[in-house]
Amino acid sequence: MTRFLLRRGAQAIVVLLLVSVIVFCLLHLLPGGPARAILGVHATPTNVAAFNRANGLDSPVPVQYWHWLTGVLSGNLGFSYVQNESVAALLGQRLPKTAFLAGVSVVLAVLIAVPVGFYQAVRRQRVGDYVITTVTLVLYSTPAFWVAIILIDVLAVRLHVVPAEAPQGSFSAVLGDPSALVLPVLTITLVTVAAFSRYTRSSVLDELAQDYVRMARSKGAGNRVILFGHVLRNAAGPVVTLLGLSLPFIVSGTLITEYVFNYPGIGLLAFNAATTQDYPVMLGVVIVVAAATVVGSLLADLTHAVLDPRVRTAAGIR
Amino acid sequence: MSLENVTVLGAEETAGADTAQSAGRLALAAFTRNRLAAAGLVVIVALLLFSFAGPLLYHTDQIHTRLALETMPPGTGRPLGTDSVGYDELGRLMAGGQTTLEVAFGAAVVAVILGVLWGAVAGYVGGFVDGLMMRIVDALLAIPAILLLLFLATVFRPSVPMLIIVVGVTAWLVPARLIRAEALSLRGREYVLAAKTMGVRGPTIIFRHIITNSIGTIMVNATFQIADAILVVAALSFLGLGIAPPATNWGAMLSDGLNYTYSGYWWLTYPPGIAIVLTVLAFNVVGDGLRDAFGLDSGHG
Repeated sequence: MTRFLLRRGAQAIVVLLLVSVIVFCLLHLLPGGPARAILGVHATPTNVAAFNRANGLDSPVPVQYWHWLTGVLSGNLGFSYVQNESVAALLGQRLPKTAFLAGVSVVLAVLIAVPVGFYQAVRRQRVGDYVITTVTLVLYSTPAFWVAIILIDVLAVRLHVVPAEAPQGSFSAVLGDPSALVLPVLTITLVTVAAFSRYTRSSVLDELAQDYVRMARSKGAGNRVILFGHVLRNAAGPVVTLLGLSLPFIVSGTLITEYVFNYPGIGLLAFNAATTQDYPVMLGVVIVVAAATVVGSLLADLTHAVLDPRVRTAAGIR
Repeated sequence: MSLENVTVLGAEETAGADTAQSAGRLALAAFTRNRLAAAGLVVIVALLLFSFAGPLLYHTDQIHTRLALETMPPGTGRPLGTDSVGYDELGRLMAGGQTTLEVAFGAAVVAVILGVLWGAVAGYVGGFVDGLMMRIVDALLAIPAILLLLFLATVFRPSVPMLIIVVGVTAWLVPARLIRAEALSLRGREYVLAAKTMGVRGPTIIFRHIITNSIGTIMVNATFQIADAILVVAALSFLGLGIAPPATNWGAMLSDGLNYTYSGYWWLTYPPGIAIVLTVLAFNVVGDGLRDAFGLDSGHG
């Protein structure tokens, strides 16, 4: 287990370093480089040169990368000249709101999708499975914004059950207005349920076809023992892995949802940064989300290894 | 169930026609047995005809705005009404379909070519190179594609070719992983070893043996790539970072319509929304069918 942990940890560090290289490249890929990105397109060449000198941007690229990386590691994600605030401070205000929105939605999605997928696999090719498969396939093919528009049209405009705009202001203000959270949460939950239940169904089906299921059955184990004693634990592994890897997918859905409902999270922050060409903020969001994804998939792999000893020994082959 | 059918069908034909069954023909037989996949294919053909041949039969002006005719409800002469600047909504749906499908097909081709080459090289070469190439894929997968797309869309002015490249270069990671896994298992096969012993060079082996033998995986993934690309392009356009007017696509039409949800102008949101879902669904169903036909485990995600 220790070897697995070290190996997987080292891999995660390499991936994080590569993420930092990619983001650094993106910053330098911009026409005019970081100076233009920060000062804006109308900066004069003199201003750009002065900025470069002042911020060490005239030194060799590896040196610049090192300075930038040590800065990021000490929490300095840069400064947003558009919003006149440090990127870290902006992220600090927005991140809890997005974590809350995405967290509630994903917990709901798992609570719905796992039992549904399990049920479908056990009752495969019966009426219930066909109906749910059709519904989830349609939902899986539906973009998050279209789900959001239908929800607004039906629940907010026609039935007036809930408001269409998300709660605004500070984190406590967001928490204090639950009815306004219904539509954003519902949107992300629905989109996520579609993906997760399809995945759960197929991983439970894989498990049901394994030898140990046949073995248990031939030894006279009942359905209840097989399903809840063996299959559930083994199928939980892939589902945990999926959770760890699906963070980028969830962030994409969250960004769109925040845009539609005007929810003040990091998705909306990233979108506004894109429209105002506020590159330090955009890349700050990229770094934070990517780091969270790498750490998330590391945690998922470790959990998977705890649940299933075979993963630890097979890790070398992956 | 489907596997039994294929075997029986194969046996019959071999006995009757005395021809060996190629993998392709077996796959075709399995595919046509899957009625859902066949229906998906019909829908795709219908959508292509609607978008590309439709404007030849149903003439509308999709360049000049007519503000006097804005947001008219459906009626005679305008089956789906008009949008916020007076374009005929049905004609708009056709024009939007053209760009949506062009970008989706193009992006899928770019993504699959990039991914196949990357994955085949990594899997065939193996060792440190493989490790590094795959960690790069991991790193890029950790960055949500939508953020990368937003970034690229602000740097490059979106046009059809630009969108194809931008979406393509963010979507090649999954095919790279799939083909790398194929290459890993293929490179140990006897015929690859034989070719190697005879002195065939690496690139030739990759193109002639690794890639040709992964064709099932490639085709299945390409189909899912088109479905994903439609969603991505629609999302980008929905966020206002798609193609500039008067060109449009279904995502941009939805984005427009969103402003009129409160006015109850359903014809501005439901037609493009349904068009997106129908198209993506059709490609997903065809992909599922192809996957079953090629007897693959998984070709998505």
